[in-house]
Order: sequence, then structure tokens, then C-alpha cells
Amino acid sequence: MQPNDPILKLRDLQVHFPVKTGVFKRVTGHVRAVDGVDLDVRRGEVLGLVGESGCGKTTLGKAILQLVRATQGTVTYSGEDGETELTSLDDAGLFRFRKRLQIVFQDPHSSLNPAFTIFGSLEDPLRHYGVKTREERRKIVGDLLEAVNMRRESMDRYPHEFSGGQRQRIGIARALSIEPELIVCDEAVSALDVSIQAQVLQLLMELKREKNLTYVFITHDLSVTEYLCDRIAVMYLGKIVELCDAEDLYANTLHPYSQALLSAIPVADLDKKSRRIVLQGDVPSPVNPPSGCPFHPRCRYVVDRCKTEVPELRRFKSAKGEHMAACHLIDQPLAEQPLRTESP
Amino acid sequence: MANEVALTVNGLKTYIYTNNRCNRALDGVSFEIRQGKTLCIVGESGCGKSVTADSIMQLLPTLSRIEDGEITYHGPDGPVRIDQLPRDGAKMRAIRGKEIAMIFQDPMTALNPVYSIGFQIKEMLKYHTGLGRSDRHSKAIDLLRSMGIPLPEKRVNEYPHLYSGGMRQRAMIAIAMSCNPRILIADEPTTALDVTIQAQIFELMDTLKRDHGTAIMLITHDMGVVAELADDVAVMYMGNIVEAGPVGKVLRNPVHPYTRALLESIPVLGRGKDQEIKAIPGQTPDPYNRPKGCQFADRCAYRIGACDQIPDETQVAPDHRVMCWRYEEFAADAAE
Repeated sequence: MQPNDPILKLRDLQVHFPVKTGVFKRVTGHVRAVDGVDLDVRRGEVLGLVGESGCGKTTLGKAILQLVRATQGTVTYSGEDGETELTSLDDAGLFRFRKRLQIVFQDPHSSLNPAFTIFGSLEDPLRHYGVKTREERRKIVGDLLEAVNMRRESMDRYPHEFSGGQRQRIGIARALSIEPELIVCDEAVSALDVSIQAQVLQLLMELKREKNLTYVFITHDLSVTEYLCDRIAVMYLGKIVELCDAEDLYANTLHPYSQALLSAIPVADLDKKSRRIVLQGDVPSPVNPPSGCPFHPRCRYVVDRCKTEVPELRRFKSAKGEHMAACHLIDQPLAEQPLRTESP
Repeated sequence: MANEVALTVNGLKTYIYTNNRCNRALDGVSFEIRQGKTLCIVGESGCGKSVTADSIMQLLPTLSRIEDGEITYHGPDGPVRIDQLPRDGAKMRAIRGKEIAMIFQDPMTALNPVYSIGFQIKEMLKYHTGLGRSDRHSKAIDLLRSMGIPLPEKRVNEYPHLYSGGMRQRAMIAIAMSCNPRILIADEPTTALDVTIQAQIFELMDTLKRDHGTAIMLITHDMGVVAELADDVAVMYMGNIVEAGPVGKVLRNPVHPYTRALLESIPVLGRGKDQEIKAIPGQTPDPYNRPKGCQFADRCAYRIGACDQIPDETQVAPDHRVMCWRYEEFAADAAE
């Protein structure tokens, strides 16, 4: 196993939710939350998954862990014992893999059971994965809490006694408890105050170094991804529209949606006041996605081809490894880029 | 009218009472809002940002009181002491909404789900203007159109649940702007929205400021928003304004340790992967069990003995003030 081998391979992953209406709950359509995603997660990297609300990033995260089941496509996990297709396993078959893939949820207030002490919440996964005696579990939980910079004695207290940042650290401790290889962080710092956010970000990076973890970091905050991630995938309406090295995304943005997204972020630096590209309208409904390129109704560069033809995720030359984008208008040779010359 | 002061807040103390305990939510806050300028109030949750806005609007919860200080609105008919007006009196109701309007954080809970958007806009016009029924209707449509809502003739009769988050927030701005207020108070107007929608709302607020000379007080926790929109900024921590001044001075040469720590703790877009972020240790103190002196002392890297006393507000420059015993060292440091 090389450090850069893919730990997860997603191929044509689709998750559709039926829309039911009327008394008889007839299925009248589908929300295409994730609509054909091809993605490799490499061992030891931090992969950022960014996009606006409703773009399917959380569903993709959950589909990786099989918390929602894919409608179509595959999620393949490769570990020491070869490759396993997670999408074909039943719950019993997944049991072995749940240990390797864990998640930290967005809202630290609702993801811990208020009726359980912290020890109660944290010992559950340990008990299921073979730590038999209570003493051992108490020792491990204590160590975990210390690993996330909390006091060992906190384990006998209840979630309401902790602040948001502390609860998020408990959530991280729970994800770590059975020593996973990959953690999906679903907006793990979004609900926190800025000063606490930095504490949790630093903790995540320390833990990654110590335990050689792989993160899939789901967020809408592009300043955080730039700081944290090795590669970034930008999602729009269930599809990946740009996938590249993190530095490349900021230095050489290819897709018009990524450009608009980056320009819309308020930057806390007075010397870097940028021109905002203001997108018109809202994200279209994923029940009736626009024909052709899903971004074309809001795109500044739209041409007729965009309205009919769905752009493929194509590979472009880049100094930093691969750079993929799904847009008709970016021409293959890097020298000719109509998008970049036109932009103000 | 550029530098005309629209609202002055002086030594404001607002206390909130619960379970026989008293939360000194605002402990002596002073600032002013100028016509055609944006004042950003920035701080973490619980620092008193929203209580400041609610005090000005007289929308505080029942078990709370303005204990001390003055809120003076400099209206067209001379100054009015808002803090002395009865909360539900005719005078206050005439000012609230007409002269000083407010945009709330969560457009889903701030709009009434059982009335159409049009009704809620027209309600404002009904009480604050002399317009007739059909004039009110066409004015409501105009307002929605100016907010960039498509098909306003149809949308005006729709209910909030048919609007998306960004459109609801724009509808709320339409309500707030319906009577051309002189002051607009926006309490985290874009926190619940996506960045692309946030950009639309900011564009709109910039236009209002430019075209109508509206004084804007924007409450936020995002330093990025401050850098983009503010003319003046006030940094709040546990009920005090710890540093205030023009945005260029406060963000470039912060002299309060909290402002400095806050700016160092956020990743800034465009600075790449190697940027260093420093977390602020600890957490904000319990409001019922506050430190005796400087509220930030427990988390401050520069703490000295004097910090057991609450520092005075000191002017670093005529338009830049700070609450810190050691500000001179930081000011000298910043000047280098």
C-alpha cells in the first residue's frame, strides 16, 4: 500500500431520493442529490468537498459511509485485504468496514445523545468492536478525551454540560475511538465560533499527522479548505464540476462556478479586495435540473452548446498533478482559456 | 449629509434577568452610526451584538432593562432619546420600522408564514405612510422588483414557504426598506445563506447605502464581511466594545489583544496552505460568572497584574479607541 493509492474509489455514484405526493404517496419525481460522481480518495490526503447548500455534498459523504445507499454506481474500498465493493454489502457485511470509515457530524448539539454520559456515547463503538471489559473501555475513552485536549474526568458528565467546541471535540473522539482509516468531516467546524474553530482545525491536523488518517472534509467555507485540504472537489447540483490540487484551485480556477464561488467569499484582508462576480438567481431544484450543463442558467459565459450538452469532467494540464473541470468552454491546451481572458 | 451622525449610543448598559440571576449583557457600550456609512459590530456568540441591536429597536425581552446610558436618535425633528420612550408607545412605534428598520438573521422565523409576502410589506406601508390601498400594492411590487425578485406581480401574493432562503432575505430587506429608513440595522443578515446569495445581498446593501445615504449597522461574526463592507468597525467581547475605529486602522493595526487573536485565528483565502493560524485558548467566560477585571484576561497572552481591574476606554487616535491596559505597547508594535 503506497501512501498515494486510492483508499476509496467512487464510480458513477448516484443517490436519488423519491419525491412522493398525494394521499397515495405516488412517486412523482426524484431529487438527484448525487448525480454521477467519479472520485478517488487517496490514502493520507485531505480531500475537500465544497459547494452551496443543496449541492449534494453531505449526501455524498453519507453515501461513502453507506449511511444512505447508492441508487446506482459503486463505492470501492481498498485496504490491506484487497478491494471491497461497499455498495454490494448488506448491513452484516458492512460491519467490518464501519470500523474503518467514520464520520464527524455538523451539529455538535444534536449528534450526542443527551441521555447518555460522554462515556456512554463513546463506549458504544468500542463494545461493538471487541473491547470486552468496562475498565479497558474507561481507559480507552479517557485516553481519547485526552487526545482531543479534554479532561479525562469529563467522561462522566452529560453533553449539556459542554460548550459547542467541546462537544465537537467529543464527536471527533467518538469517530477516532475505533481507529478508523478515513473520517468524513461533515461541516465539522461550521457551527463553531471563529476562535473555537481554529482550535478544532488544529486538533484535526494534529490527529491526522499522529494517526495517519485520511479526511473527506465537507464544508461550504473555502477559506478553511484552502488551509486544510490537499485536493478540492467543487460540487454543483449533484455533480463534481472541478477537481484539483487545493493550491491550483485558487491560483488557476477553471470552472466559471468555482470562479464565482471564490469571488463571493468575503476576504478578511483589506489588501485583497476582489471584484465580486455576483451570480443571478438561486441554485435550481435538483428535482428538475436544467438540461445540459447544470450551471448554464446562472453562467456568464453561456453558449448554446451548454444548454443541450452535458459537459464531461475533462482533464487539463497543470503543474500540480491533475486538474479536472466540467465545462465546454475551457479549451484543451492550457494556453487558450477563453474563461480567464474574458474575466474582469 | 455624509458625515452626519444618525444615532449615538453612550455608555449603554443592558442587563437581562433570568432565574434571579443577572446577565450584564451590555456593560457600557458607546458608538455612533453615521449617514451613508456602515458600522460593523463583530464578535463571537454571546458577546452582546444582538442585544445592542435589540436595545436600539426596543425589542428586548421583557425581563431585561436598559440600566444606564443613552441612545439618541438624531431624527429630522431633532434628537430623540430612544431609551426613555415607552417600549410600545406611539412615538417608539412611529420610529421603529419607519426611521430605524431592522433585518433579522433568520428569514424563515422572522417572516410570518400565514400572511403573504405582499401583505407583510403592505402592512408596513399602511402604518407608516399615507398611501392608499392600490398605491400600497404597486409600491410593494416595485420594492420586490428593486430587490431583484423575478415576476414580482405574481410573487407578491405568495407565501414565505414558496420563497427560497435568499429570496426570503431579500423580501425582508424589502420590508425594512419600504419606508426609506434613515438607519438600517442588519443582525447577521447572511449567516444562514450561501456565499453566492450572500454576495447578492451585500450588493443590494451597498446600493442602498450609496443611493439613499442609509446609515447601516451590520452585525456579524465574519471578519471577511467586515473587511468587505465596513467603514467603521467595533469589536465586542463579553458586553464591551474592546476596540473601535475605522476599518483600515482596526484591521491593519489592531491594538487590542482580542482583535489581534481573532484576526490570527482565521484562515484567510489566498494565503495558501502554509499560513499559520493561532487558536485562542479557552472559551468565552460564563456570563453569570464573569472575571472581575478585563473580560479577556483569562485567555490573553499578555496578561499582567493590572488586568484584574477593568481597563478604561482610551483613545489611541481621535477615531480609534481601545480597552486595554497595555495598548501602548501594541500601538508602538503596530507602528513599526
